[in-house]
Amino acid sequence: MKEKLTSFLQNKWSQVILFTLFVVITSLSLYLSQKSVVAFLLLLASLLVLYYMKLKNLTKWIVSAGILFILLPMASSGGPAFQSYMEVATMVGIYVAMALGLNIVVGLAGLLDLGFVAFFAVGAYSYAIFATPQASNFMPFGQYPLGGESFWIFLIIGGICAAIAGVLIGIPVLRVKGDYLAIVTLGFGEIIRIVFNNLDRPINFTNGAMGISSVTPPSIFGFNLVFPHHFYFVTLLILAFTIFAVLRFEHSKLGRSWKAVRENEIAAQAMGIPLVKTKLLAFALGATFSGMMGVVFAAKQAFIDPTSFTLLESFTILVMVVLGGMGSVPGVILGAALVTILNLQVLTELTNWVNQLNLSGMITIPDALSPAKMQKLLFGLLLVIFALYRPIGLIPAKNKKFDESKLKSSNSLSIDRENSVAIDKDNV
Amino acid sequence: MLQELLFSLPQVLIDGLALGAIYAVVALGYTMVYGILQLINFAHGEIFMTGAFIGTGFFIMLMGMSWTTAIPQLLLFIIVIVITASFTGLIGVGMERVAYRPLRSAPRLIPLITAIGISFILQDVIRFIAELATGRYILTGPSLFSNQITINFSSISSWFNNASFKTSFLIVLITAILLMVALDYFVNRTKWGTAIRAVSLDRETASLMSINVNKVISTTFFVGSALGGATGVLFAMQYGTIDPYIGFILGLKAFIAAVLGGIGNIRGAMLGGVILGLMEMFAAANLSILTGGIFGAEYKDVFAFAILIIVLIFRPEGLLGKPTAEKV
Repeated sequence: MKEKLTSFLQNKWSQVILFTLFVVITSLSLYLSQKSVVAFLLLLASLLVLYYMKLKNLTKWIVSAGILFILLPMASSGGPAFQSYMEVATMVGIYVAMALGLNIVVGLAGLLDLGFVAFFAVGAYSYAIFATPQASNFMPFGQYPLGGESFWIFLIIGGICAAIAGVLIGIPVLRVKGDYLAIVTLGFGEIIRIVFNNLDRPINFTNGAMGISSVTPPSIFGFNLVFPHHFYFVTLLILAFTIFAVLRFEHSKLGRSWKAVRENEIAAQAMGIPLVKTKLLAFALGATFSGMMGVVFAAKQAFIDPTSFTLLESFTILVMVVLGGMGSVPGVILGAALVTILNLQVLTELTNWVNQLNLSGMITIPDALSPAKMQKLLFGLLLVIFALYRPIGLIPAKNKKFDESKLKSSNSLSIDRENSVAIDKDNV
Repeated sequence: MLQELLFSLPQVLIDGLALGAIYAVVALGYTMVYGILQLINFAHGEIFMTGAFIGTGFFIMLMGMSWTTAIPQLLLFIIVIVITASFTGLIGVGMERVAYRPLRSAPRLIPLITAIGISFILQDVIRFIAELATGRYILTGPSLFSNQITINFSSISSWFNNASFKTSFLIVLITAILLMVALDYFVNRTKWGTAIRAVSLDRETASLMSINVNKVISTTFFVGSALGGATGVLFAMQYGTIDPYIGFILGLKAFIAAVLGGIGNIRGAMLGGVILGLMEMFAAANLSILTGGIFGAEYKDVFAFAILIIVLIFRPEGLLGKPTAEKV
């Protein structure tokens, strides 16, 4: 019986039928029930199921794009909670992109960066300053705020600014190793926050602790993007680009040199890998994705202040990477999605539930123990448990497998020549 | 400008010494653990914070009892500091047992991550306890030794302003010095200290010389954490108000002090702590004068991190450390 079940589940077509059923049921229940967080989460979880199915990679990508671009917004548009679902989904997208950026630095290149949110802040501020009258405080020319169309250019500018910040931080930092690197990047993360917090004098760049409010919403062809579901699609597009880029990087020459540097710096150097260049590129590229998402974040929130960029944020992103699996792209996506949903949905729902129980007098849980305040404790436990018992994460990183015989046949000519040389030598 | 600097100098020196003494003792915990395990014990700052809370809790509890009024405050203080130190020492040993020992052969990234996790857990657990017990997580301890003392520096020369401090400053300074002297004696003159030094030089060879390495590492954690906890009590007494998040930044700065003095070097950590405390207070008081108002006192943390980066780039072995070459 058990064997039959497994063989049934292993069959491609039965998998497809079950998956379609699952997706249809969850999206219908999401559409029909007014506010069903469970259905929303299950629909998102269908992507994880899809990852483990026996299908071609291309099919998987197309199906998941279909679910995310069409099915999820359609299904959740039924109820009044549409915007809050889209809000959560957007935040998930933003954090996934950031975690993928940090994954390059920590997972692939093995450089523990504890100040990663600094790059996010740089991206966010670069758009926020120019999309508000703030820029006229120090820019001698031009009219500020810039129009909403500039958002698309600022996606690139924000990424470049963050990359420059990454290189600037990287240059002094790369002389130090391992644990020191963690502390120094942590220091830099704090420095950037303090600087943004105090850069309202002598020239008002960032408006200090007051933050920058009423950031111009982005617009496309004269259409203003203001609602969460608009940003959902923007985030999704950038995320798709990020995932594509990260996967390409991972399997490129650069990606292989990152892994080599991670495993053994000295050996990598001996194999001719330029250490400084490789590490700096890791910093810069990781920062770029974070900076781009910073721009989206600033536009979405329409208000930013330094409290959005604390150390806790940096650690949150680190938790995502460690939880999912350092160096593994699907793992990091899963980790980021889990942690963000835990933060935004599960903890708030639990808190509401506990509050209701308190109100109805069933049990009394003191305010100090409300789940919303447990965030740090949960993160701490996750970090310790995963580091102790599963340091490879939920979906461990896999190295690309090469088919030996295929490689041999494509290189058969050169191998033949080597063989013949060897035979010649034997003869002599 | 020089006149203004000199004018505030006596007060800066006194405040800087108090802060520097605290940094120095906390830095000892970092440096001892680093010396023996080559591991940055990220959670050490939280041990310090835990010490501050345990100490304040005991103070509040003891002050609430009627019979304690008969005991001199100084004796009370000594009792509290000893109890707190033994508690935090045990927490440190437990932490090493749970989070570091299983990972001793793991890649170096992993114990760093558990250390961050442990420090999060400690922060939140302390916050829960404090909030459950008192309703809020910011605690204010009873004010002890709060007589103001003023030293007339202005009578020496009109260049200086008068400086004032509380009696607690003297207690902090004396206790810190006593702790440091005791530790120096412990490490350099006793059998256990010799074992600690042997293990930090070469763990395998030390274990061949019939040294119980695990026990020695546990002892190191106990001593370092006990010192951290005792400093927490000093901090709570000197500055009055504590919250569960003081440990992180203070721990970082103590770590900077340890690096400044040469990590792994015990006397270096003491020197680095005092220097960092003095420099930070100097920066807080004079940064806006020196830069013509562009940078204010709020940049003092930036200043501390800048010191760390400069030291790491130009003299990574620290002031008193010896340079080491990496072996392949």
